[in-house]
This record gives sequence, C-alpha cells and structure tokens, in this order.
Amino acid sequence: MELICPAGTPAAFREAVEAGADAVYCGFRDETNARNFPGLNFSREELRQSIALAHSKRVLTFVALNTFMRAGDEALWYRAADDAVALGADALILADFGLMAYVAEKYPEQRLHVSVQASASNADAIRFLIEAFGAKRVVLPRVLTVQDIARLTRQIDCEVEVFAFGGLCVMAEGRCSLSSYATGKSPNMNGVCSPASHVRYRQDGPDLVSELGAYTINRFAPGEASGYPTLCKGRFEIGDVEGYAFEDPVSLDVIDEIDALRAAGVSALKIEGRQRGKAYVAEVVSSLKKALDAAPAERAALVARLRAMSEGQRTTTGAYDKRWR
Amino acid sequence: MTTTANPALSLGPVYFLWDGPKWRDFYFRIADEAPVEHVTLGETVCSKRQHFSEPHVAEVIERLEAAGKRVTLSTLAMVTLERESRHVRDLIRDSVHPVEANDLSALGLLKGRPHSIGPLVNVYNAATARMLAARGAQNICLPPELPAASIREMLAAMPGFSFELFAFGRMPLAISARCAHARSKGLTKDNCQFICGEEPDGLPLRTLDRQSFLVLNGVQTMSSSCAVLVDDLAPLAEAGLSRVRLSPQDCDMVAVANLYRAVLDGRMDGAEAIAELASVYPGVPFSNGFLHQQEGAAWVSRGRNAAMGHA
Repeated sequence: MELICPAGTPAAFREAVEAGADAVYCGFRDETNARNFPGLNFSREELRQSIALAHSKRVLTFVALNTFMRAGDEALWYRAADDAVALGADALILADFGLMAYVAEKYPEQRLHVSVQASASNADAIRFLIEAFGAKRVVLPRVLTVQDIARLTRQIDCEVEVFAFGGLCVMAEGRCSLSSYATGKSPNMNGVCSPASHVRYRQDGPDLVSELGAYTINRFAPGEASGYPTLCKGRFEIGDVEGYAFEDPVSLDVIDEIDALRAAGVSALKIEGRQRGKAYVAEVVSSLKKALDAAPAERAALVARLRAMSEGQRTTTGAYDKRWR
Repeated sequence: MTTTANPALSLGPVYFLWDGPKWRDFYFRIADEAPVEHVTLGETVCSKRQHFSEPHVAEVIERLEAAGKRVTLSTLAMVTLERESRHVRDLIRDSVHPVEANDLSALGLLKGRPHSIGPLVNVYNAATARMLAARGAQNICLPPELPAASIREMLAAMPGFSFELFAFGRMPLAISARCAHARSKGLTKDNCQFICGEEPDGLPLRTLDRQSFLVLNGVQTMSSSCAVLVDDLAPLAEAGLSRVRLSPQDCDMVAVANLYRAVLDGRMDGAEAIAELASVYPGVPFSNGFLHQQEGAAWVSRGRNAAMGHA
C-alpha cells in the first residue's frame, strides 16, 4: 500500500519526502482546496520546486483542488487545474463534477483522483465517476467498515485510498454544512471548517467557554483539558443530558487495521494533516512507513509515540469498525 | 398560468420517520388540499425506515396523481450497504415515475433517463448543472447552502432549465454513518429500535447555554431553524427560478403551501406571510442566512436587507 502524506508548506513537503512518503498531497494558497487556512499552502513557484524535489526522489505529488467551484468564479478553479497540470502534478484530487468534467476533457491523460469530498460511498457511485470522468482512484468517505471496503474493491475497477490517521470527520465529507450554518464559512465553498476567525474563548465564572460564531461549542471546568471548538466534536444538550452528541474530541487511527485494509484491496493509506507542522509530518510519516513494513507484532511499539501526538490524546477507528455507528 | 416569473410549488420528501398511517394521511391531505404541482416522496434519510411508508406508497401515488400532482420518487441520501445499492437499482429500473437522485450511485444509474437532482447532491455551479443536464437531469433542486449570487449565476447561465430552491423547512445540514439520534438514547444505529420515530419533527439539540441550534433526525443533522425564503423569492422568480420546494415539517403544510402560493401569485405580501407562518409553525426560529451569504442560521428581513444594499 502507498503512503499518501500531507503537506501544508514546502518545509512539510520536504519532510514528508525525506520520511518515506510514496506521494505527498498539497494545495494552492486559495479557496480551491479544503485546507484554506492562513499561512498554509503553496504558491505556483513553491509547487514547481516541490514537485521537482519529489520527482528527484521518485515520490509523487497529488494536488488537491477539492472545494466546489463558486458559480461565476469557475476560472479560479480552472486556472488552478491548468497550472497543476503544467507544473507536473502526478494526480489532481477533485470533488466538483464541473471541474472533473473540465479536467477529463482538457487533460484526458492527467490522472484524476476523486476527493473524499465527493462522497463516493458505493460501487455504483464509483462506476459513475469512472464512466463520466475516467477516475483512476477514489478516496473513500469515512462512512464504511473494513468489510464494506473489501466488498467494494471486488466490484470496481478503480484504486481505492482510505484515511488511516489524523483528523476525523464524523459527518460524510463534502455533505456537511454545519460550519457554514454557524459561521457562513464551509468546507465545500470556502475550504474551511469551524474557522479560527469565528472562534472565541471566554471565561464564565470558573469555566472556560469555547464559542463558534454565536454558539457555545464546549465548556470546560477548571483543570479539564480544553480543546478547539470543532463543531461536530462539541458538547451539547439533548433533553436534559449534556454530552458529546456526535463524537468526542478524538482523532482517527486505524494502524491496527493495516493488514485488514491491505487484504481488503486498499491501494493507499492517507494521512490527514495539511494544517500540521513539519515536525508532526516527519514523525507521523516515518512511523507509519516503518509500521507498514513491520510485522504486526512490532507495530504497537512503533506507533505508541504517534498516539501521543493525536488530538486530545485519544483515538478511534471511526466507521471502519461497525460498532462506531 | 405558469410563466418564468411564477414558479411552481413542489413538496420535498418527508425527511422524518412518521409511522405509516400518519405518512399516508399527510399525503392524502396534500393531494386533496395543497396547491403544489410536484410531489417528491420516498424514504431519503435511512434505509432502515423504508418498511414504514412502503405499504402505503402505491395508494399515496394514486391519490396524488388523481389530484393532478406530478410525482417523483426520491432515492437514499447515503448508500453504503449492498441492500441499499440494490434498493436504488431496483427503484430506478422499475419506476414508471421520474426519480430524484440524492447520491452518486443514482446519478450513474439514471444516465440517459429523464430525472431530477435532489438538494443533497453538490451542485454549486453551472458547469456541474450542465454536466448533469447532459446526462438527463431535467430539474435540479439546489443545495440549501447556496447564496443567491450563485443561484442567479446558474439561472443566467442555463435559461429555460428547471432549477428548484429549498425554500421552507429545517435544512438538511449533514449526514453520518453514525446515528447520533439513536446514540442520544443509549442505542446504536444497528440496534436503534426506530427510536427516531419518537420525534416526528426532529430531536432538539441545544448548546450548553440552552440556545436552540440543531435537530437530530436519525443519521441526518438538520438546522433547528426553519428556512423561510418566502419573502426572498420575487427576484429569483424574475430571474427564471422554476420551482419552489417546501420540505415537510410536522405542521400544517397545506397552510404553508397556501401562504407561499399567495405570495408567488402576488396576492399576499411576504412580510404578512412570514407573520402567518409564525403561527402555522410556532416556536421555531426562521432563517434565510445562506441565501444572503451569511451564516445559515441568520435571519435577514427585507427591510434590513435593503438597508444593507443587497438586491
């Protein structure tokens, strides 16, 4: 299985290449990608240099253009696709059908990967993406069990990539407007979720309250570990009960399922985290690379340190395990 | 008379779990009394619920068609199991009615056949709409998240094509493999006991400061506020909007349809309709923020809107 690694900066890109990535994915410094955060991402020149570095080490570069084109401003996305192709991207990761159609028609030789944001969760959906756009690989949404994935790969003639480590979307990706409902900014349209621009912390008596837009997302008692107010990992009230209604502040970790995913026919494992620093990327990539090559018994020790780096120090296998539902 | 300046009313599928008789009686009354031209129906949110409405589908369609309504069948929003794939395939193969696609599997299977696109498919621009139209889509209900500027762009880019706007109802905001609704009652999706049927209008989720925020509807998360675009329709109708969708809530939807029809026909002022709606669907905040490119929960009244310089 290939290891697909995140890079939010040229420095992180270099670290990922050095640490053993098979491919690095990244995006341009604008709303054409789903990690449109201040201080992140690549200029055209930075991407050119990064691709040259990657190719010299026989590492692939995937360019994520995985937001949905704003009507009237499609040229921004088309230009990004034109430039990524011209700069030598090994694959484009796309979510918008209009953009897929553009790339498939104008660059029929360009490898087209379907972003997780497109939410292709079954064989008929993937057949549609192959038939309509010549998709070569689909990144699966985090809604399937390992068994579902095994059944799926047998039915389709297309590579499958799955998320293995990092942030966890609780909702089907690309189908969530919770962030824009509270802030006006969404993953699909703006490339952000629960954006920092709309986050506020306030002291309320002894408690620390985290807010997103006009909404309280969590409240922490003194001594309780506080966290970033990602909407779907907040604490809410249903009836008289307070709790994490959707999911605790955990991150995804399916390292223990590596053999099962390989047996299920998965072509590539993806690490989430383009917003992470280069030290994190280096550590995660090198540990996972070793884990992929290691015997199952040796894996636990290799990934113990990784787990300490996870959000809130707690992890989940998410939807890959049926019991998560 | 239907002109480009006077859109048709359309009733979207019931997103909630209503028991069979309630579901049937709702549509019987729609057939008999509601001024809607199009009705899209069928379980859209969770495949586990299908057996509740299934025994009544045939009689409901018959009653609606006898009343002159055009019926479209909705497909599931999220398809992950073999059983669900089979259901979508069978529906598309066997249906004599047009089908509304709500996921990518239906999009593929419907190629070359006249069909509709539901609001849960990501259509954000005319390039996507054109691509879908070329495959046989004849009507596209746009996602609730779209701002008016995008809608206008698409209407201008595809004159004569039928676009539909989600204009009343709690907005579908997210869908998950996990059932937060069952989970809130100590159950899981696989052992849910159809507990979501206890809340026919959604289970309220409030912030820790007791502010209404969202409602849970099985695996779907919806806005607590009700989208009410009745006073925002005129300029979009002018620009060529074909259909206005009302999404069923557990309130008097015949009254809702009458109010929207009256405003579209110029028989009632939008502000007056909003005041009436507040008594038809009491206790629920209204929103139209997405349309005005603000947070979706926001309410922008026309006076304030004009003062802020929007169209």
